[in-house]
Amino acid sequence: MDIETFALDASVFEESKELSTGETYDLLIIGGGPAAMSAAVYGARKTLNLGLVTKDFGGQVGETSAIDNWLGFQSVNGRDLVNQFTEHVRAFGIPAKTGGAVTAVSREGELFRVTTVDEGRYVAKTIIAATGKRHRPLNVPGEREFLGRGVAYCATCDAPFFKGKTVVVAGGGNSAFTTAVDLLKVGAAVTLVNAVKGWQADEYLQERVRQSGAVRFLDNHEVSLIEGDRQATAVVVKNRLSGNAKKIDAQGIFIEIGLVPNSEAFRDVADTTATGEINVDCSCRTSTAGFFGAGDVTTVPYKQIIIAAGEGAKAALSAYDYLLSRGFI
Amino acid sequence: MAVLKDVEKEKLRQLFQGLMEPVTLLLFTQETECQFCETTRTMLEEVTALSDKLSLTIRDFVADTNEAERYGVDKIPATVILGAKDYGIRFFGIPSGYEFTVLIQDILGISKGVPGLSEETLTMISAIGTPAHLQVFISPACPYCPSAARMVHQFAMASDHVRGDVVESSEYPHLTVKYNVSGVPHTVINEDHSIVGVLPEKDFAREILKVLGVKWEGADVSVK
Repeated sequence: MDIETFALDASVFEESKELSTGETYDLLIIGGGPAAMSAAVYGARKTLNLGLVTKDFGGQVGETSAIDNWLGFQSVNGRDLVNQFTEHVRAFGIPAKTGGAVTAVSREGELFRVTTVDEGRYVAKTIIAATGKRHRPLNVPGEREFLGRGVAYCATCDAPFFKGKTVVVAGGGNSAFTTAVDLLKVGAAVTLVNAVKGWQADEYLQERVRQSGAVRFLDNHEVSLIEGDRQATAVVVKNRLSGNAKKIDAQGIFIEIGLVPNSEAFRDVADTTATGEINVDCSCRTSTAGFFGAGDVTTVPYKQIIIAAGEGAKAALSAYDYLLSRGFI
Repeated sequence: MAVLKDVEKEKLRQLFQGLMEPVTLLLFTQETECQFCETTRTMLEEVTALSDKLSLTIRDFVADTNEAERYGVDKIPATVILGAKDYGIRFFGIPSGYEFTVLIQDILGISKGVPGLSEETLTMISAIGTPAHLQVFISPACPYCPSAARMVHQFAMASDHVRGDVVESSEYPHLTVKYNVSGVPHTVINEDHSIVGVLPEKDFAREILKVLGVKWEGADVSVK
């Protein structure tokens, strides 16, 4: 068994300035993933009076075991990359409110008012929404009941518990195939179940999984039920063409069927798509002047770390231009 | 072979300048070291060498049974963090990955003598009057685990009735079977009550009080 490294997240020890409820910030950035952190760095370099509001730092990156497409690193552990991001941001002494998910953003005249779950209230001239996405649930019977008892969403966290066991992975994209790879490493027997015909993962990943010869592929099938008693014991899938159901004996199911945008707090202030993504233009502007979006929570195509970071930079520069054009700074 | 990189050592040296009271790390291992015992020992030797305020005591789990019993150590590697007293803070298994930062947070917190919890949470914890054994199962690669791990140690520091164990799941598969753990973080309270995931500290305190049969109604605490 490999031993994880001893890398320190030094940012948790730094006394960050508290976000002030009595101040009107030039820019408030909501989120803690690569888009938000990149926006913070760019905003700080423009010497904006800015603050950060986030539930936590890292976003989906922290869940990723190995990242092979962040420029400059042939492969980097998600945790190490997040540590470097947060250290970079903290070096600017940006006031931050952590542990407080944003519940609402409203427009009041030229200003925005941000409310957090613990009833913190903050005011800013511009906002960048960079709250990313969260795992999409299957919404089938058994999913909630067996959470942590066979139902899992984080292969980096939980794959080792399924050593030598039979596991279903629901999904057909990169995350599902990466999860399959993580499970193969611990000797699990994997069945990939995709609700649509074919597979959406990158060819490179598909090839890697197929070459293992240890994965069963079941497309055009949807998961309809997770069964068990103390622990999950079976997953029932239904053929979408014939309607026939079949039971797969499995001690676990990893759900990787996509992501849901964390945009609920912004829906009164910015237009979103039917799936909840914030509509942005190529300058990260939304339907409301002064309110910008960046990263996976927006309609920007291709949800990638490097794209999210780029979008965060662009959103900060757009916010800066907006502040200048309005004579706010 | 050294396990800490020079860059991490430098960060730690700077952090340890803020140490106030001495902290002792008590490691239980054995003569023929287990798979993770040697690396844990090496890491702790390197960490404690970075400040005069830190010391490491090594005990043999097999030979020093009295000591092991005294600290409630029933498996190795086990790291007990001692400050002005034994707060009931334990790591079972190697504190690597995300938990390495928790180890350092614990050292700093104990040295300063502050659990780092809100006043409201501390008030709730003060209502705990019977033993609460918190075991949080973690995986070193799990980004959600350090919050849960740190929290049980903060609670242990805040109450003489609480013991907080961080248990590295892969090293004790028999315990994951015993407590039906197949997702982390998974916290077991007094053997028969489980929480999967991370709760905000006030909700966690409320859950412990509920398990212990202490009724919590805002500012008032009464035993059922």
